[in-house]
Amino acid sequence: MAYEEVKVKEPIRFKLLSIMSLLAFFGIWEFIVDAGIVPRTMLAAPSQVVVLFIKKLTQANPDGATLGAHAWMSAKEAVTAYVLAIIVGVPLGLFMGWFKVVRGIFRPIFEMIRPIPPIAWIPLCIFWFGIGIWGKVYIIWIAGIVPFTINSWVGVNMTDPALIQMARTYGATDWQIFTKLCVPSALPMIFGALQISLAYCWTNLVGAELLAADKGLGFLIEMGRRLAMPEMVVLGMVCVGIGGALIGVVVDKLEKRLLAGIRR
Amino acid sequence: MNPKIECRNISKVFIQKGKQRVHVLEDISLEVMHNEFLVILGPGQSGKTTLLRIIAGLETPTSGQVLVDGKEVTGPGQDRGLVFQSYMLFFWRTVMGNVEIGLKLRGVDKKKRREIAQHYINLVGLQGFEKHYPHQLSGGMKQRVGIARAYANNPEIMLLDEPFGQLDAQTRMFMEKETERIWQTEKKTVIFVTNNIDEAIYLGDRIVTLKDKLPGRMDAIYDVPLPRPREHTDLEFVKLRQEITDRSELVL
Repeated sequence: MAYEEVKVKEPIRFKLLSIMSLLAFFGIWEFIVDAGIVPRTMLAAPSQVVVLFIKKLTQANPDGATLGAHAWMSAKEAVTAYVLAIIVGVPLGLFMGWFKVVRGIFRPIFEMIRPIPPIAWIPLCIFWFGIGIWGKVYIIWIAGIVPFTINSWVGVNMTDPALIQMARTYGATDWQIFTKLCVPSALPMIFGALQISLAYCWTNLVGAELLAADKGLGFLIEMGRRLAMPEMVVLGMVCVGIGGALIGVVVDKLEKRLLAGIRR
Repeated sequence: MNPKIECRNISKVFIQKGKQRVHVLEDISLEVMHNEFLVILGPGQSGKTTLLRIIAGLETPTSGQVLVDGKEVTGPGQDRGLVFQSYMLFFWRTVMGNVEIGLKLRGVDKKKRREIAQHYINLVGLQGFEKHYPHQLSGGMKQRVGIARAYANNPEIMLLDEPFGQLDAQTRMFMEKETERIWQTEKKTVIFVTNNIDEAIYLGDRIVTLKDKLPGRMDAIYDVPLPRPREHTDLEFVKLRQEITDRSELVL
Protein backbone atom coordinates (compact mmCIF):
# COMPACT_ATOMS: atom_id res chain seq x y z
CA MET A 1 0.00 0.00 0.00
CA ALA A 2 1.43 3.32 -1.02
CA TYR A 3 1.36 6.36 1.14
CA GLU A 4 -0.54 9.31 -0.14
CA GLU A 5 1.28 12.52 -0.72
CA VAL A 6 0.23 15.02 1.86
CA LYS A 7 0.34 18.67 1.04
CA VAL A 8 1.42 20.78 3.94
CA LYS A 9 -0.09 24.23 3.93
CA GLU A 10 2.55 26.90 4.03
CA PRO A 11 1.69 29.88 6.20
CA ILE A 12 3.81 32.09 3.94
CA ARG A 13 1.24 31.67 1.19
CA PHE A 14 -1.45 33.12 3.40
CA LYS A 15 0.77 36.02 4.30
CA LEU A 16 1.34 36.64 0.63
CA LEU A 17 -2.40 36.45 0.09
CA SER A 18 -2.97 39.07 2.79
CA ILE A 19 -0.40 41.39 1.28
CA MET A 20 -1.88 41.00 -2.19
CA SER A 21 -5.36 41.63 -0.89
CA LEU A 22 -4.22 44.84 0.78
CA LEU A 23 -2.40 45.98 -2.37
CA ALA A 24 -5.48 45.26 -4.45
CA PHE A 25 -7.67 47.14 -1.99
CA PHE A 26 -5.54 50.27 -2.13
CA GLY A 27 -4.97 49.88 -5.87
CA ILE A 28 -8.67 49.77 -6.69
CA TRP A 29 -9.34 52.60 -4.27
CA GLU A 30 -6.66 54.75 -5.93
CA PHE A 31 -7.99 53.85 -9.37
CA ILE A 32 -11.66 54.71 -8.79
CA VAL A 33 -10.70 58.12 -7.42
CA ASP A 34 -8.01 58.91 -10.04
CA ALA A 35 -10.27 57.78 -12.89
CA GLY A 36 -13.03 60.02 -11.57
CA ILE A 37 -15.52 57.16 -10.98
CA VAL A 38 -15.99 58.61 -7.52
CA PRO A 39 -15.55 62.38 -7.45
CA ARG A 40 -12.73 63.80 -5.31
CA THR A 41 -15.22 65.78 -3.28
CA MET A 42 -16.60 62.52 -1.91
CA LEU A 43 -13.51 60.39 -1.36
CA ALA A 44 -9.75 61.00 -1.30
CA ALA A 45 -7.25 58.71 -2.99
CA PRO A 46 -4.72 56.92 -0.79
CA SER A 47 -1.92 58.92 -2.41
CA GLN A 48 -3.59 62.18 -1.33
CA VAL A 49 -3.84 60.87 2.21
CA VAL A 50 -0.15 59.99 2.26
CA VAL A 51 0.76 63.44 0.94
CA LEU A 52 -1.41 65.11 3.57
CA PHE A 53 0.03 62.83 6.25
CA ILE A 54 3.57 63.95 5.47
CA LYS A 55 2.49 67.57 5.32
CA LYS A 56 0.54 67.39 8.60
CA LEU A 57 3.52 65.97 10.45
CA THR A 58 5.03 69.46 10.49
CA GLN A 59 2.26 71.89 9.52
CA ALA A 60 -0.52 73.07 11.81
CA ASN A 61 -2.66 74.53 9.02
CA PRO A 62 -5.40 74.45 7.99
CA ASP A 63 -6.98 72.89 11.08
CA GLY A 64 -4.86 74.46 13.82
CA ALA A 65 -2.53 71.71 15.01
CA THR A 66 0.01 69.21 13.71
CA LEU A 67 -0.91 65.56 13.48
CA GLY A 68 1.33 64.80 16.46
CA ALA A 69 -0.51 67.39 18.56
CA HIS A 70 -3.86 65.88 17.60
CA ALA A 71 -2.73 62.35 18.41
CA TRP A 72 -1.13 63.45 21.68
CA MET A 73 -4.33 65.20 22.74
CA SER A 74 -6.47 62.15 21.97
CA ALA A 75 -4.06 59.81 23.72
CA LYS A 76 -4.01 62.04 26.80
CA GLU A 77 -7.79 62.12 26.99
CA ALA A 78 -8.18 58.40 26.42
CA VAL A 79 -5.48 57.32 28.85
CA THR A 80 -6.69 59.68 31.61
CA ALA A 81 -10.24 58.41 31.26
CA TYR A 82 -9.09 54.79 31.01
CA VAL A 83 -7.00 55.00 34.17
CA LEU A 84 -9.85 56.73 36.01
CA ALA A 85 -12.21 53.99 34.79
CA ILE A 86 -9.91 51.35 36.30
CA ILE A 87 -9.47 53.25 39.56
CA VAL A 88 -13.21 53.68 40.08
CA GLY A 89 -14.70 50.76 38.16
CA VAL A 90 -12.63 47.87 39.54
CA PRO A 91 -13.13 48.56 43.27
CA LEU A 92 -16.79 49.37 42.66
CA GLY A 93 -17.33 46.06 40.86
CA LEU A 94 -15.35 44.09 43.44
CA PHE A 95 -17.30 45.56 46.35
CA MET A 96 -20.57 45.07 44.49
CA GLY A 97 -19.66 41.43 44.05
CA TRP A 98 -18.92 40.74 47.70
CA PHE A 99 -20.90 43.20 49.82
CA LYS A 100 -24.67 42.98 49.46
CA VAL A 101 -25.08 46.50 50.86
CA VAL A 102 -22.81 48.03 48.22
CA ARG A 103 -24.61 46.05 45.54
CA GLY A 104 -27.97 47.21 46.88
CA ILE A 105 -26.93 50.86 46.75
CA PHE A 106 -25.09 51.03 43.45
CA ARG A 107 -26.74 48.44 41.25
CA PRO A 108 -29.92 50.39 40.39
CA ILE A 109 -27.95 53.56 39.61
CA PHE A 110 -25.44 51.61 37.57
CA GLU A 111 -28.13 49.75 35.63
CA MET A 112 -29.92 53.01 34.92
CA ILE A 113 -26.87 54.86 33.58
CA ARG A 114 -25.40 51.91 31.68
CA PRO A 115 -27.82 51.85 28.71
CA ILE A 116 -27.37 55.57 28.00
CA PRO A 117 -24.91 55.90 25.09
CA PRO A 118 -21.90 57.86 26.34
CA ILE A 119 -22.14 60.42 23.52
CA ALA A 120 -25.60 61.37 24.79
CA TRP A 121 -23.72 63.06 27.64
CA ILE A 122 -21.98 65.47 25.25
CA PRO A 123 -24.38 68.43 25.62
CA LEU A 124 -24.28 68.19 29.42
CA CYS A 125 -20.52 67.89 29.33
CA ILE A 126 -20.25 71.07 27.29
CA PHE A 127 -22.42 72.84 29.90
CA TRP A 128 -20.29 71.51 32.73
CA PHE A 129 -16.76 71.43 31.37
CA GLY A 130 -16.76 73.52 28.18
CA ILE A 131 -14.73 72.04 25.35
CA GLY A 132 -11.62 71.41 27.44
CA ILE A 133 -10.16 67.99 28.17
CA TRP A 134 -12.35 67.08 31.16
CA GLY A 135 -15.65 66.96 29.31
CA LYS A 136 -14.23 64.40 26.91
CA VAL A 137 -12.54 62.51 29.72
CA TYR A 138 -15.92 62.27 31.43
CA ILE A 139 -17.61 60.82 28.34
CA ILE A 140 -14.82 58.31 27.74
CA TRP A 141 -14.79 57.42 31.43
CA ILE A 142 -18.53 56.70 31.39
CA ALA A 143 -17.92 54.36 28.45
CA GLY A 144 -14.84 52.71 29.90
CA ILE A 145 -16.03 52.08 33.43
CA VAL A 146 -18.82 49.67 32.46
CA PRO A 147 -16.68 46.66 31.50
CA PHE A 148 -14.44 47.09 34.55
CA THR A 149 -17.36 47.21 36.95
CA ILE A 150 -19.25 44.32 35.40
CA ASN A 151 -16.23 42.06 34.97
CA SER A 152 -14.95 42.69 38.50
CA TRP A 153 -18.37 42.00 39.89
CA VAL A 154 -18.86 38.82 37.86
CA GLY A 155 -15.30 37.75 38.69
CA VAL A 156 -15.99 37.95 42.42
CA ASN A 157 -19.28 36.16 41.96
CA MET A 158 -17.58 33.36 40.08
CA THR A 159 -15.20 32.58 42.94
CA ASP A 160 -15.45 28.86 43.57
CA PRO A 161 -17.81 28.49 46.57
CA ALA A 162 -15.88 25.41 47.63
CA LEU A 163 -12.72 27.53 47.88
CA ILE A 164 -14.59 29.99 50.05
CA GLN A 165 -15.68 27.15 52.33
CA MET A 166 -12.15 25.88 52.44
CA ALA A 167 -10.89 29.30 53.49
CA ARG A 168 -13.51 29.28 56.25
CA THR A 169 -12.10 26.03 57.61
CA TYR A 170 -8.83 27.94 57.96
CA GLY A 171 -10.57 30.57 60.02
CA ALA A 172 -10.56 33.27 57.34
CA THR A 173 -12.72 36.32 58.05
CA ASP A 174 -15.12 37.78 55.48
CA TRP A 175 -12.65 40.53 54.66
CA GLN A 176 -9.79 38.03 54.28
CA ILE A 177 -11.89 35.86 51.99
CA PHE A 178 -12.64 38.94 49.92
CA THR A 179 -9.07 40.19 49.64
CA LYS A 180 -7.14 36.92 49.58
CA LEU A 181 -9.57 34.82 47.58
CA CYS A 182 -12.27 36.70 45.69
CA VAL A 183 -10.01 39.45 44.36
CA PRO A 184 -7.32 37.07 43.03
CA SER A 185 -9.94 34.81 41.45
CA ALA A 186 -11.54 37.83 39.80
CA LEU A 187 -8.23 38.97 38.27
CA PRO A 188 -8.52 37.06 34.98
CA MET A 189 -11.95 38.59 34.43
CA ILE A 190 -10.63 42.06 35.27
CA PHE A 191 -7.76 41.65 32.82
CA GLY A 192 -10.32 40.64 30.23
CA ALA A 193 -11.98 44.00 30.80
CA LEU A 194 -8.71 45.82 29.99
CA GLN A 195 -9.18 45.09 26.29
CA ILE A 196 -12.94 45.54 26.14
CA SER A 197 -12.86 48.84 27.99
CA LEU A 198 -10.04 50.14 25.84
CA ALA A 199 -12.10 49.56 22.70
CA TYR A 200 -15.04 51.38 24.30
CA CYS A 201 -12.81 54.28 25.36
CA TRP A 202 -11.17 54.74 21.99
CA THR A 203 -14.47 54.53 20.07
CA ASN A 204 -16.17 57.06 22.28
CA LEU A 205 -13.15 59.33 22.20
CA VAL A 206 -13.77 60.00 18.52
CA GLY A 207 -17.46 60.53 19.18
CA ALA A 208 -16.74 63.04 21.90
CA GLU A 209 -14.18 64.94 19.83
CA LEU A 210 -16.43 65.11 16.79
CA LEU A 211 -18.73 67.43 18.62
CA ALA A 212 -16.71 69.26 21.22
CA ALA A 213 -13.03 69.84 20.71
CA ASP A 214 -10.36 72.12 19.36
CA LYS A 215 -7.74 69.42 19.03
CA GLY A 216 -7.61 65.64 18.69
CA LEU A 217 -8.03 62.98 16.03
CA GLY A 218 -11.82 63.13 16.16
CA PHE A 219 -11.57 66.89 15.74
CA LEU A 220 -9.30 66.35 12.72
CA ILE A 221 -12.02 64.23 11.10
CA GLU A 222 -14.61 66.88 11.87
CA MET A 223 -12.39 69.62 10.44
CA GLY A 224 -11.97 67.57 7.27
CA ARG A 225 -15.73 67.68 6.89
CA ARG A 226 -15.96 71.42 7.57
CA LEU A 227 -13.13 72.22 5.17
CA ALA A 228 -14.50 69.78 2.58
CA MET A 229 -11.21 67.85 2.56
CA PRO A 230 -11.99 64.11 2.28
CA GLU A 231 -8.27 63.31 2.52
CA MET A 232 -8.22 64.88 6.00
CA VAL A 233 -11.24 62.80 7.05
CA VAL A 234 -9.59 59.62 5.85
CA LEU A 235 -6.28 60.57 7.48
CA GLY A 236 -8.08 61.04 10.79
CA MET A 237 -9.82 57.70 10.44
CA VAL A 238 -6.58 55.90 9.59
CA CYS A 239 -4.81 57.46 12.59
CA VAL A 240 -7.61 56.42 14.94
CA GLY A 241 -7.41 52.90 13.55
CA ILE A 242 -3.64 52.67 13.91
CA GLY A 243 -3.75 54.22 17.38
CA GLY A 244 -6.35 51.74 18.56
CA ALA A 245 -4.39 48.82 17.16
CA LEU A 246 -1.18 50.03 18.80
CA ILE A 247 -2.73 50.40 22.23
CA GLY A 248 -4.38 47.02 21.75
CA VAL A 249 -0.99 45.39 21.21
CA VAL A 250 0.46 47.08 24.30
CA VAL A 251 -2.45 46.03 26.52
CA ASP A 252 -2.28 42.49 25.15
CA LYS A 253 1.41 42.24 26.05
CA LEU A 254 0.76 43.69 29.48
CA GLU A 255 -2.13 41.32 30.09
CA LYS A 256 -0.04 38.28 29.15
CA ARG A 257 2.74 39.33 31.49
CA LEU A 258 0.40 40.04 34.40
CA LEU A 259 -1.47 36.78 33.92
CA ALA A 260 1.63 34.62 33.52
CA GLY A 261 1.45 33.23 37.04
CA ILE A 262 -2.31 33.10 37.31
CA ARG A 263 -3.13 30.59 34.58
CA ARG A 264 -4.92 27.59 35.94
CA MET B 1 -11.01 8.18 78.14
CA ASN B 2 -13.40 10.59 76.50
CA PRO B 3 -13.68 10.41 72.74
CA LYS B 4 -12.08 13.21 70.71
CA ILE B 5 -15.02 13.38 68.34
CA GLU B 6 -18.52 12.21 69.02
CA CYS B 7 -21.40 12.10 66.54
CA ARG B 8 -24.79 11.69 68.18
CA ASN B 9 -27.73 10.52 66.09
CA ILE B 10 -26.93 12.66 63.10
CA SER B 11 -29.52 12.94 60.35
CA LYS B 12 -29.40 15.28 57.40
CA VAL B 13 -32.12 16.31 55.00
CA PHE B 14 -31.30 18.69 52.17
CA ILE B 15 -33.97 20.85 50.61
CA GLN B 16 -33.24 20.91 46.92
CA LYS B 17 -34.49 23.61 44.57
CA GLY B 18 -36.66 24.91 47.39
CA LYS B 19 -39.07 22.00 47.42
CA GLN B 20 -37.44 18.58 47.00
CA ARG B 21 -36.46 16.85 50.24
CA VAL B 22 -33.37 14.70 49.94
CA HIS B 23 -32.67 12.50 52.93
CA VAL B 24 -28.92 11.97 52.98
CA LEU B 25 -28.04 10.59 56.41
CA GLU B 26 -30.10 8.70 58.96
CA ASP B 27 -29.18 8.34 62.60
CA ILE B 28 -25.39 8.17 62.51
CA SER B 29 -23.64 7.76 65.85
CA LEU B 30 -19.93 7.19 66.19
CA GLU B 31 -16.97 8.04 68.35
CA VAL B 32 -13.38 8.70 67.39
CA MET B 33 -10.64 8.35 69.96
CA HIS B 34 -7.67 10.62 70.42
CA ASN B 35 -5.07 10.02 67.67
CA GLU B 36 -7.17 7.31 66.14
CA PHE B 37 -7.24 6.72 62.40
CA LEU B 38 -10.91 6.13 61.61
CA VAL B 39 -12.01 5.25 58.12
CA ILE B 40 -15.57 5.79 56.93
CA LEU B 41 -16.19 3.34 54.13
CA GLY B 42 -19.27 3.48 51.99
CA PRO B 43 -20.52 3.30 48.43
CA GLY B 44 -21.41 6.36 46.40
CA GLN B 45 -24.36 8.38 47.69
CA SER B 46 -24.21 6.83 51.14
CA GLY B 47 -23.72 10.31 52.58
CA LYS B 48 -20.12 9.89 53.72
CA THR B 49 -18.96 13.20 52.33
CA THR B 50 -21.93 14.95 53.94
CA LEU B 51 -21.07 13.32 57.26
CA LEU B 52 -17.50 14.60 57.01
CA ARG B 53 -18.71 18.08 56.07
CA ILE B 54 -21.01 18.08 59.09
CA ILE B 55 -18.07 17.17 61.33
CA ALA B 56 -16.05 19.92 59.64
CA GLY B 57 -18.84 22.36 60.42
CA LEU B 58 -19.54 23.21 56.79
CA GLU B 59 -23.05 21.73 57.04
CA THR B 60 -25.38 21.67 60.01
CA PRO B 61 -27.12 18.38 60.83
CA THR B 62 -30.92 18.41 60.58
CA SER B 63 -30.98 16.55 63.87
CA GLY B 64 -28.32 15.24 66.23
CA GLN B 65 -25.04 16.89 67.10
CA VAL B 66 -21.28 16.65 66.71
CA LEU B 67 -19.05 17.13 69.73
CA VAL B 68 -15.33 17.78 69.62
CA ASP B 69 -13.70 17.50 73.04
CA GLY B 70 -17.21 17.51 74.49
CA LYS B 71 -18.11 20.83 72.86
CA GLU B 72 -20.75 21.10 70.16
CA VAL B 73 -19.56 22.00 66.68
CA THR B 74 -21.31 25.10 65.33
CA GLY B 75 -19.12 25.97 62.37
CA PRO B 76 -15.75 25.40 60.74
CA GLY B 77 -12.75 25.82 62.98
CA GLN B 78 -9.00 25.60 62.91
CA ASP B 79 -9.01 22.57 65.18
CA ARG B 80 -10.23 20.58 62.17
CA GLY B 81 -8.19 20.52 58.96
CA LEU B 82 -9.92 19.43 55.79
CA VAL B 83 -8.44 17.77 52.70
CA PHE B 84 -10.73 17.75 49.69
CA GLN B 85 -11.13 15.20 46.93
CA SER B 86 -10.78 17.94 44.33
CA TYR B 87 -7.63 19.40 45.99
CA MET B 88 -9.06 22.93 46.24
CA LEU B 89 -5.73 24.65 45.89
CA PHE B 90 -5.45 28.37 45.28
CA PHE B 91 -4.40 28.25 41.64
CA TRP B 92 -2.77 31.70 41.75
CA ARG B 93 -0.53 30.81 44.68
CA THR B 94 2.61 28.72 44.66
CA VAL B 95 3.05 25.52 46.65
CA MET B 96 4.59 27.60 49.43
CA GLY B 97 1.79 30.16 49.16
CA ASN B 98 -0.81 27.42 49.49
CA VAL B 99 0.79 25.62 52.41
CA GLU B 100 1.33 28.79 54.43
CA ILE B 101 -2.20 30.19 53.85
CA GLY B 102 -3.69 29.10 57.17
CA LEU B 103 -0.77 30.65 59.06
CA LYS B 104 -0.95 33.79 56.96
CA LEU B 105 -4.66 34.19 57.68
CA ARG B 106 -3.91 33.93 61.36
CA GLY B 107 -1.27 36.63 61.07
CA VAL B 108 1.80 34.51 61.80
CA ASP B 109 4.84 36.54 60.73
CA LYS B 110 6.50 35.67 57.47
CA LYS B 111 9.71 34.12 58.75
CA LYS B 112 7.91 31.85 61.20
CA ARG B 113 5.23 30.74 58.75
CA ARG B 114 7.79 30.05 56.01
CA GLU B 115 9.67 27.88 58.47
CA ILE B 116 6.56 25.90 59.45
CA ALA B 117 5.34 25.61 55.85
CA GLN B 118 8.77 24.40 54.74
CA HIS B 119 8.70 21.71 57.42
CA TYR B 120 5.44 20.32 56.07
CA ILE B 121 6.47 20.70 52.44
CA ASN B 122 9.45 18.53 53.33
CA LEU B 123 7.27 16.14 55.30
CA VAL B 124 5.07 15.45 52.26
CA GLY B 125 8.16 15.19 50.04
CA LEU B 126 7.68 18.31 47.93
CA GLN B 127 10.99 20.04 48.66
CA GLY B 128 12.21 21.76 45.48
CA PHE B 129 8.67 22.49 44.33
CA GLU B 130 7.99 25.44 46.66
CA LYS B 131 7.81 27.94 43.82
CA HIS B 132 5.67 25.81 41.50
CA TYR B 133 2.06 26.65 40.76
CA PRO B 134 -0.66 23.99 41.14
CA HIS B 135 -1.14 23.63 37.38
CA GLN B 136 2.49 22.56 37.10
CA LEU B 137 1.97 19.62 39.48
CA SER B 138 0.58 16.12 38.99
CA GLY B 139 -2.55 14.96 40.83
CA GLY B 140 -0.60 13.16 43.54
CA MET B 141 1.60 16.20 44.12
CA LYS B 142 -1.42 18.49 44.30
CA GLN B 143 -2.93 16.36 47.02
CA ARG B 144 0.37 16.40 48.90
CA VAL B 145 0.05 20.18 48.87
CA GLY B 146 -3.51 19.79 50.19
CA ILE B 147 -2.28 17.56 53.01
CA ALA B 148 0.67 19.80 53.84
CA ARG B 149 -1.63 22.83 53.89
CA ALA B 150 -3.98 21.17 56.35
CA TYR B 151 -1.09 19.93 58.51
CA ALA B 152 0.68 23.29 58.56
CA ASN B 153 -2.32 24.82 60.29
CA ASN B 154 -1.65 22.31 63.08
CA PRO B 155 -5.22 21.07 63.57
CA GLU B 156 -5.91 18.43 66.18
CA ILE B 157 -8.14 16.61 63.73
CA MET B 158 -7.59 15.83 60.07
CA LEU B 159 -10.64 15.19 57.91
CA LEU B 160 -9.87 13.66 54.53
CA ASP B 161 -12.62 13.34 51.95
CA GLU B 162 -11.70 10.68 49.38
CA PRO B 163 -8.37 12.44 48.96
CA PHE B 164 -7.02 9.97 46.43
CA GLY B 165 -10.21 9.41 44.45
CA GLN B 166 -8.85 11.16 41.40
CA LEU B 167 -5.52 9.36 41.30
CA ASP B 168 -4.51 6.31 39.29
CA ALA B 169 -4.17 3.03 41.19
CA GLN B 170 -0.37 3.10 41.52
CA THR B 171 -0.14 6.68 42.68
CA ARG B 172 -3.01 5.97 45.02
CA MET B 173 -1.22 3.11 46.75
CA PHE B 174 1.90 5.21 47.02
CA MET B 175 -0.07 8.07 48.54
CA GLU B 176 -1.67 5.68 51.03
CA LYS B 177 1.80 4.66 52.17
CA GLU B 178 2.76 8.32 52.42
CA THR B 179 -0.36 9.13 54.40
CA GLU B 180 0.50 6.43 56.90
CA ARG B 181 4.08 7.62 57.12
CA ILE B 182 3.01 11.25 57.68
CA TRP B 183 0.44 10.21 60.27
CA GLN B 184 3.03 8.08 62.07
CA THR B 185 5.45 11.03 62.07
CA GLU B 186 2.94 13.51 63.45
CA LYS B 187 -0.02 11.82 65.03
CA LYS B 188 -3.43 13.38 64.70
CA THR B 189 -6.98 12.22 65.09
CA VAL B 190 -7.95 11.31 61.54
CA ILE B 191 -11.25 10.67 59.82
CA PHE B 192 -10.65 9.36 56.34
CA VAL B 193 -13.56 8.89 53.96
CA THR B 194 -13.24 6.44 51.09
CA ASN B 195 -15.18 4.01 48.89
CA ASN B 196 -12.18 1.71 48.52
CA ILE B 197 -11.97 -1.34 50.81
CA ASP B 198 -8.24 -1.88 50.38
CA GLU B 199 -7.53 1.72 51.21
CA ALA B 200 -9.76 1.43 54.29
CA ILE B 201 -8.04 -1.70 55.62
CA TYR B 202 -4.58 -0.42 54.77
CA LEU B 203 -5.05 2.80 56.71
CA GLY B 204 -7.71 2.41 59.38
CA ASP B 205 -7.42 1.58 63.06
CA ARG B 206 -11.15 1.14 62.80
CA ILE B 207 -13.51 1.10 59.86
CA VAL B 208 -17.10 2.33 59.99
CA THR B 209 -19.13 1.14 57.04
CA LEU B 210 -22.19 2.93 55.72
CA LYS B 211 -24.91 1.21 53.73
CA ASP B 212 -27.93 2.20 51.67
CA LYS B 213 -28.32 5.28 49.57
CA LEU B 214 -30.19 8.45 50.39
CA PRO B 215 -30.31 8.08 53.30
CA GLY B 216 -27.08 6.36 54.25
CA ARG B 217 -27.12 4.45 57.52
CA MET B 218 -24.50 2.91 59.77
CA ASP B 219 -23.76 -0.65 58.88
CA ALA B 220 -20.95 -2.05 61.00
CA ILE B 221 -17.74 -1.17 62.77
CA TYR B 222 -14.59 -3.24 62.23
CA ASP B 223 -11.44 -3.17 64.28
CA VAL B 224 -8.29 -3.58 62.26
CA PRO B 225 -5.74 -5.06 64.66
CA LEU B 226 -3.10 -5.66 61.96
CA PRO B 227 0.41 -4.34 62.58
CA ARG B 228 1.67 -1.47 60.40
CA PRO B 229 2.82 -1.13 57.71
CA ARG B 230 0.26 -3.53 56.33
CA GLU B 231 0.52 -5.79 53.33
CA HIS B 232 -2.37 -6.15 50.91
CA THR B 233 -1.46 -9.80 50.45
CA ASP B 234 -1.34 -10.59 54.17
CA LEU B 235 -3.76 -13.40 55.10
CA GLU B 236 -5.48 -11.41 57.84
CA PHE B 237 -5.82 -8.48 55.44
CA VAL B 238 -7.49 -10.66 52.83
CA LYS B 239 -9.75 -12.27 55.42
CA LEU B 240 -10.96 -8.93 56.71
CA ARG B 241 -11.44 -7.73 53.16
CA GLN B 242 -13.61 -10.78 52.46
CA GLU B 243 -15.60 -10.24 55.62
CA ILE B 244 -16.40 -6.64 54.76
CA THR B 245 -17.18 -7.49 51.15
CA ASP B 246 -19.51 -10.33 52.11
CA ARG B 247 -21.40 -8.20 54.51
CA SER B 248 -21.73 -5.00 52.62
CA GLU B 249 -21.75 -6.23 49.03
CA LEU B 250 -19.76 -3.13 48.36
CA VAL B 251 -19.17 -2.75 44.68
CA LEU B 252 -15.80 -1.29 43.90
